[in-house]
Amino acid sequence: MEWETVIGLEIHAQLATKSKIFSSASTAYGAEPNTQACAVDLGLPGVLPVLNQEVVRMAVKFGMAIDAEIAPYSVFARKNYFYPDLPKGYQISQMDHPIVGTGHLDIEVDGSNKRIGITRAHLEEDAGKSLHENFHGSTGIDLNRAGTPLLEIVSEPDMRSAQEAVAYMRKIHELVQYLEICDGNMQEGSFRCDANVSIRPKGQEALGTRAELKNINSFKFVEKAINIEVERQIDVLEGGGTVIQETRLYDADKNETRSMRSKEEANDYRYFPDPDLLPVEITNALCEQVRTELPELPSAKKLRFQDQYQQDEEISTTLTSSRQLADYYEAVVKTSECDAKLCSNWVSGTFLGALNKAGLEINESPVNYEHLAGLIKRIADQTISGKIAKQVFEELWNNDATADEIIEKQGLKQITDSKEIETLIDKIIADNPKQVEQYLSGKDKVFGFFVGQTMKASQGKASPKEVNKILENKLK
Amino acid sequence: MHNKTITELSKALREREFSSVELTQSYLDRIKKHNALNSFITINEEMALEGAKVADTILANTNTNLLTGIPIAQKDIFCTQGVKTSCGSKMLDNFISPYNATVVENFNNAGAVMLGKLNMDEFAMGSSNETSFYGSVQNPWNTNCVPGGSSGGSASAVAARLTPAATGTDTGGSIRQPASFCGITGLKPTYGRVSRYGMIAFASSLDQAGPMTRSAEDAALLLQTMSGFDTKDSTSLDIPVPSYSASLNNNLEGLKIGLPKEFFSEGLNNDVAQTIESAINEYRKMGAEIKEVSLPHMKLSIPVYYIIAPAECSANLSRFDGVRFGYRCSEPKDLNDLYIRSRGEAFGDEVKRRILMGTYALSAGYYDAYYIKAQKVRRLISEDFKQAFAEVDVLMGPVSPSPTFGLGEKTADPIEMYLADIYTIAVNLAGLPAISIPAGFADEKPVGLQIISNYFTESHLLNIAHKFQQTTHWHQLSPKGFE
Repeated sequence: MEWETVIGLEIHAQLATKSKIFSSASTAYGAEPNTQACAVDLGLPGVLPVLNQEVVRMAVKFGMAIDAEIAPYSVFARKNYFYPDLPKGYQISQMDHPIVGTGHLDIEVDGSNKRIGITRAHLEEDAGKSLHENFHGSTGIDLNRAGTPLLEIVSEPDMRSAQEAVAYMRKIHELVQYLEICDGNMQEGSFRCDANVSIRPKGQEALGTRAELKNINSFKFVEKAINIEVERQIDVLEGGGTVIQETRLYDADKNETRSMRSKEEANDYRYFPDPDLLPVEITNALCEQVRTELPELPSAKKLRFQDQYQQDEEISTTLTSSRQLADYYEAVVKTSECDAKLCSNWVSGTFLGALNKAGLEINESPVNYEHLAGLIKRIADQTISGKIAKQVFEELWNNDATADEIIEKQGLKQITDSKEIETLIDKIIADNPKQVEQYLSGKDKVFGFFVGQTMKASQGKASPKEVNKILENKLK
Repeated sequence: MHNKTITELSKALREREFSSVELTQSYLDRIKKHNALNSFITINEEMALEGAKVADTILANTNTNLLTGIPIAQKDIFCTQGVKTSCGSKMLDNFISPYNATVVENFNNAGAVMLGKLNMDEFAMGSSNETSFYGSVQNPWNTNCVPGGSSGGSASAVAARLTPAATGTDTGGSIRQPASFCGITGLKPTYGRVSRYGMIAFASSLDQAGPMTRSAEDAALLLQTMSGFDTKDSTSLDIPVPSYSASLNNNLEGLKIGLPKEFFSEGLNNDVAQTIESAINEYRKMGAEIKEVSLPHMKLSIPVYYIIAPAECSANLSRFDGVRFGYRCSEPKDLNDLYIRSRGEAFGDEVKRRILMGTYALSAGYYDAYYIKAQKVRRLISEDFKQAFAEVDVLMGPVSPSPTFGLGEKTADPIEMYLADIYTIAVNLAGLPAISIPAGFADEKPVGLQIISNYFTESHLLNIAHKFQQTTHWHQLSPKGFE
């Protein structure tokens, strides 16, 4: 039988606020355990939550970017369950009235577009962390993360392959970073995903029973976990069994999913509106204000790059893959006032290559856009050749100096004076009679030898264009 | 000096008739002398005397707040930094709060001196103060009787003159009913008037703190200090606080008083009914117009309350899990054992009963039938009051169907205990302000008159109460043995 895979994702994006969703404690990652948990985060008797208005703006921003309805009235609810790293014994979340309603996002897989529906997005607080190591059989609790704001983005079961799921997840990942509402750091857990996976006979409309795969925290694992789960479900059904509704955990080491708890064992969370918090009212004025702050979104930016900079689709996709990179590129073009393609060659080539090699983000780059623009300017006006430029770039990377300073200091200026080059060439022709003879007898390849010798003699500084021209004349 | 009102004490302190240290010491002596009442859980002797010393230097120097140097006592539901905050429970017997409730902070800023922490029903769940882990409290008017609850320690201590005034909290009548039982003045403000920050939550949408004093005049002074918007409490309202003392003497000519017929029906003790009637007559003499009104859904307030309050408390009390603070059972064998035994050993029966009721009401399959339905009825009850206030300025009636009852008399039957709050609960469900003032006696036990007014009209309420106290003497009477 032919099976069809059906996937829906629940993505948790940690909102990039300075302070927590209901307290003024810092959200910075990596502090000593329990140093960033105040009385409210600890759930001390008598404390009350106060909503950080910044999270509302961020959720509205996201809602607008996916073309969703923004709820004029949304409600925080208590989700009740006991766990040691959940200080109040309930999580403040949203249930019946989420802040962001139905929206959608377009993804591209194998060159064709597909629209993925987004059911809702709601605000909630994160729990703390349980630490099971180094406590002599006990469990340690770190509440630094407790109260960190999360936006849970729930998709429709619209994806039909692991590949589509990954494309959707990447798209959301890119979007939340574009909107500057999430740092997207998956290693630190700022962007996490649960996947609801089911299969059904191809052509059948009714959905199969789903398994929820928990906390799969990289694009690679999402793809692997879904594929292995689909295989498992096919085996179960084809073996005459039934898939049961349950929560499963993906084990990356063994590349398998295993049951965590079945539906029957699932908690009754007893959601009810949190009486400590007023309903969130979102006015038109707030929506309008957020709309003006909305950045150009990736798809629009990509189209503009194709149009404004005459870039092909591939380069435009690369340049707009993050907002930082796109901004960097545009700053280089603007500052250098040089050809947009020359700039994109350098930004997407040498620059991005060096960053990737060093494992750095754009904002950590040792070469800022002004320095790179300075270098590109000197290529454009032929002060240096492309080859020397690579050498200068390396100097820029390692030193805090401008391209002009490096060129001046190291005497890297291109030799364009034809007299000077002619002198060099005359000497090389005189020193290599055998090669001259070979060339004249029809071995065109030997021409490269003369170019190479000339460049070497000029320590790479001779203008390749001039060298070619003069050599052609001399070797007629 | 313990028979003086706060206004009189404040004047005496200013005129150096006695110092705050002397005043504080005299109350501490009385507290110890009348230890048998069991109205205090914690006596804060050292810190109180230190605070009084500081107050004395301030009194010597500057133009001060009227409460500077005045001793007060806090219900043990308010978090007090460095002082045990038990909420009447074994669960928090070892809990020293690292921070102050906003109400406590406000009194500190005013220069008031905290004598100690007052006994109460466990987590404010009770109507007789008999659910306290620290034992029951005696009513000074009849030491075999309960002081009411949950602010029983507050009412008993104020009535016995162990403190000039106290704070209380009222979720379903917990200020008004003990005030009535102990013959003092107790005001439950509009929901949102006083910050709930640092006040250990029982039922968050109903809880409200208020003053418990010997007169409306004193209540005005305390409420002035307690009230106001607090950025730490999203449910507190940013509405200006008027001067509560300024309007105390306003004329009551033409005041329209509504008597809800549901307050005077079956189940009301005859002596109480007569006492209330004669109190209302006093207002008639002052020129008020009296008319009957109806609150048709009031009869549903007890069932509604016993869904909403337990539902909220079932979540509010989840944080007491033995993990971070409070009671932890000895040598738990695993996580579940830690939860089950810590909570099982440290919560009393009434608290457990309400957690169970609330958990049930919120469970899948019951939520719509109980919780949602209760919220709808709650709106109808609010609507009833709205209708009534379209016709009259205030509502009057009894606080409780009967005066205080014997210790142990109703502990076996929770339903009978719940019915003692029949006249007070609807006010909490609607979020309205209401006051209980001494109106006389039934069978030698104090009876309180309840006055209910519209949202944020505490000034009016205090004015109406004060005018009554200008023409009656009930609030000035001392229980025998405590003069």
